[in-house]
Amino acid sequence: MNSGGAVPRHAEAQDTAALCIEHLDVLYRVGRRERRVLTDLNLTIRRGESYGLVGESGCGKSTAAFAAIRYLARNGVVSAGRILVDGRDLMALSPPELRRLRSESVSMVYQDPGRALNPTLRIGRQMAEVFEVAEGLRGGAALERAAEMLARVQIPSPQRILRNYPHELSGGMQQRVVIAMALSTNPALLILDEPTTGLDATVEAEVLDLISRLHAEFSNSILFISHSLPVVARMCDRVGVLYAGELVEEGPAASVFGDPRHPYTVGLMRCVPAYGRRKNQGRLESIPGFLPTPGSITGRCVFVDRCGNATERCRGEAPPLIDLGGRVTRCFYPERAQELPLQRESAAAALSEPPAAAPPSSPQPSSSTHLSSSPQPLLRARNLCKTYHVAGKALQAVHAVTLELWPGETLGLVGESGSGKSSLAKLLLGLSTPDAGSQLELAGEPLPPRAGERTRAQLKALQIVFQNPGSALNRSQTVRRLIGRSLRLVGLVGRAREVRLRELAASVRLTLRHLDEKPRQLSGGLQQRVAIARAFAGGPRVVVCDEPTSALDVSVQSAILNLLVDLQAELEVSYIFISHDLNVVHYLSDRIAVLYLGRLVEIGPSEAVFSGPHHPYTAALLSANPAAGAGAAGRIRLTGELPSALKLPTGCVFHTRCPRKLGSICELEEPPLHAAGDGHGIRCHIPAAELAAPV
Amino acid sequence: MTAAAARGGAPPAVQSLARERLHAALRSATLLIGLAILAFWSLCALFGARLAPQDPYADNLLATLAAPSAAHWFGTDQLGRDIFSRVIMGARDILIVAPLATLLGTVAGTALGLCVGYFKGALDDVVSRIIEALQALPLVIVALLALAAVGTSNATVVLVIGFVFTPLIARTIRAAVLVESDMDYVAAARLRGDGPLAIMFIEILPNVLPIAAVEMTVRLGYAIFFVASLSFIGFGIQPPSADWGIAIAENYSLIGSYWWTVLFDAAATASLVIGVNLVTDGLQSVFDP
Repeated sequence: MNSGGAVPRHAEAQDTAALCIEHLDVLYRVGRRERRVLTDLNLTIRRGESYGLVGESGCGKSTAAFAAIRYLARNGVVSAGRILVDGRDLMALSPPELRRLRSESVSMVYQDPGRALNPTLRIGRQMAEVFEVAEGLRGGAALERAAEMLARVQIPSPQRILRNYPHELSGGMQQRVVIAMALSTNPALLILDEPTTGLDATVEAEVLDLISRLHAEFSNSILFISHSLPVVARMCDRVGVLYAGELVEEGPAASVFGDPRHPYTVGLMRCVPAYGRRKNQGRLESIPGFLPTPGSITGRCVFVDRCGNATERCRGEAPPLIDLGGRVTRCFYPERAQELPLQRESAAAALSEPPAAAPPSSPQPSSSTHLSSSPQPLLRARNLCKTYHVAGKALQAVHAVTLELWPGETLGLVGESGSGKSSLAKLLLGLSTPDAGSQLELAGEPLPPRAGERTRAQLKALQIVFQNPGSALNRSQTVRRLIGRSLRLVGLVGRAREVRLRELAASVRLTLRHLDEKPRQLSGGLQQRVAIARAFAGGPRVVVCDEPTSALDVSVQSAILNLLVDLQAELEVSYIFISHDLNVVHYLSDRIAVLYLGRLVEIGPSEAVFSGPHHPYTAALLSANPAAGAGAAGRIRLTGELPSALKLPTGCVFHTRCPRKLGSICELEEPPLHAAGDGHGIRCHIPAAELAAPV
Repeated sequence: MTAAAARGGAPPAVQSLARERLHAALRSATLLIGLAILAFWSLCALFGARLAPQDPYADNLLATLAAPSAAHWFGTDQLGRDIFSRVIMGARDILIVAPLATLLGTVAGTALGLCVGYFKGALDDVVSRIIEALQALPLVIVALLALAAVGTSNATVVLVIGFVFTPLIARTIRAAVLVESDMDYVAAARLRGDGPLAIMFIEILPNVLPIAAVEMTVRLGYAIFFVASLSFIGFGIQPPSADWGIAIAENYSLIGSYWWTVLFDAAATASLVIGVNLVTDGLQSVFDP
């Protein structure tokens, strides 16, 4: 095995940085106009360093990455500045030199591995090509090197994978292949553009571990681009925070996240629900206003419109990068950044002050209150099953799920993709028909399985907020029409309808001006508010929230979560809240149900599910959370692939990946749902008391 | 901070989308040339009688088959009629029949495509197989058989071409509707109790209209060619119309010695088809750059 990669680079090269960007301006030409997306960007990535670039969508992260390999879109222009990769000036290179540089010194890993791999070529062919081009190897020799690389990214049987096509691999496996390809030439600089954003939590944790280990092994420099603060905090030595095309803060990761000195960084960190925080412990912070159009702000601070600390000086002159000793910030008042005033929401929120009744820290506030106030659950599902038939085979999307939803409570549904969360939601809503034998009840009355057979009152009672507002809102209708059509369900017409419509718009903090706009004229956060208004138009009793914030930036996410909490307090609606983000689920939910391959593996009060005892799968999910801060030793990592729903494992469906598998009992017998305390159930053969003890 | 939420605004880039498209349209040479050609022939169709220098129907047996000259710019035909005037007048029928046929085909095809794409299942299977069977036959033959059965007139030509185009357009619309009906807004409509008709025509239709419009302009080019072909074989527009297809049919046996009797009518047909196709291309590049 060629171990050249592990050897540190020549000492004389240490002084030249792997990537050095100086005073970079990048423009995009749109029509005849020019939009500046990056302004005076300076950054240096030293050899062996991992540098994280964070910011929300549209702030120029990816543009910076593409500029670093001179691969901007056709209408992108570097209008000023220098980019040095490995000491060479990128702009001065001829096309052949540039190609050589890209093949030898820089590699890039994109967000979606499925699109980075050619679907018509076998993995072996695609990987061998790298060695053929870079090292002039042929045939068997190139394939052998490819297999070696796959082994180094811990792919179990490289020879088999080499013969596979990309679609035969899971997302996590594909991303490993892409990372292996990127590292094949042992590049001086590896650019990772949101490498784990499309992956499930447990897979993300594995890939991040892999990247850390490879970084230590290959000692490349890494430019790590992500919108996720916890991920960057974990992965990077130094970070840069990008806002509206400008670097607003930069420094060692620990000091930027531990002691931020720019109000934007402070705001971003406050937006993310902290690990273990609950809705009754107060509202989430959000950053008011919107990201400005890149390049539209000159002569003042880019963040001034959204900053609570802004003064006349910030409006009159653009702050330079101020050196704070080993770190920089683009703010006149770095010492005041953390005193950023808390964000109070608009007047509409004042109408319904956050639930004053919510006690500050009673251990189980809601799970006990609703039981006493209401004798029966609002929604009850018994033995809910859904089997799809795919090419003659049965695919069990949801299997024997029994759960109850109480008035005014939030039930969090957690699980990775393919766990049946959305299928379960569709069954409850009547958008797909469950198998025979499944039972649904709404307030004690049987609920017909299909939406078309339900009465108006039943339809009104169950509504949904979808994940992607772009798909959920009809793009040809104005906001007024979108919400208004749902008001017909309650029989409102004419003047009364308009009055109610305005009330609804105000309750989701939309202004009258927005009513005549179409969805594409609104930002993602505003679109999601319209979707929420529509769901609440008929006065629902249960609203299913299917990943309502996962398509949104963090600063917007918190505002939407606050809105959902406010509406619940005001209207006593119940939520079924689906999310892959455990901190968000924990913040919002009173009870949590964990799904794996269509089966309920654990259900119980939020605190109990988080504090344990855990189902082994839940334990792995919790441990995958980058914000949990568990030491590397304490992490539980799942091995193996998620089994295909077409060929489910026998017995306990989790036994193929379970770190605490007992033996043949797990392969043969489906475990019962053991009681593990007040309303807490775990589907595992290991008794709850034993699960509570560490492995 | 009440201003915080109220400050919400659309990025200015989006609001001017319509204006940006207009600018793009005005810069597109393809579109402008196509529109100019169409405008020219539309004027001829509307005001042909006044624009034509001579009576297009008047025989002059003393000047049959005269070559192009100052008196007859495009020459005369076998009956001594002025070809220049007849080319101008010939735009009228084809510019009524072809667009009407296209419109009929688009409306019927869109409705059929909506139903098939929305309901899927058995209806889709049956209708799709019928459409495929129809497409396996040469369209001209299908049209000829139908016209032979119902008789030839401008109205029947419109009906028959509209009928022939319906499955073609239905197929395109069906594919678009399949994509749309997977969107969450359709689920949201079902959850507020909207019936299938409301979902198809109020929710989905506006979103597939741009596709129907593009399909319509593409089909218009074909329709013009189709009508001209039918007229040429005697099953389309009927004499005494000055239609180009008829003129070509009447004179093509003379093409060796009297080229002008065919050339100008053929060129007129070609220019109209090209004009429509230029507009189609231009529109597509404006709406989908």
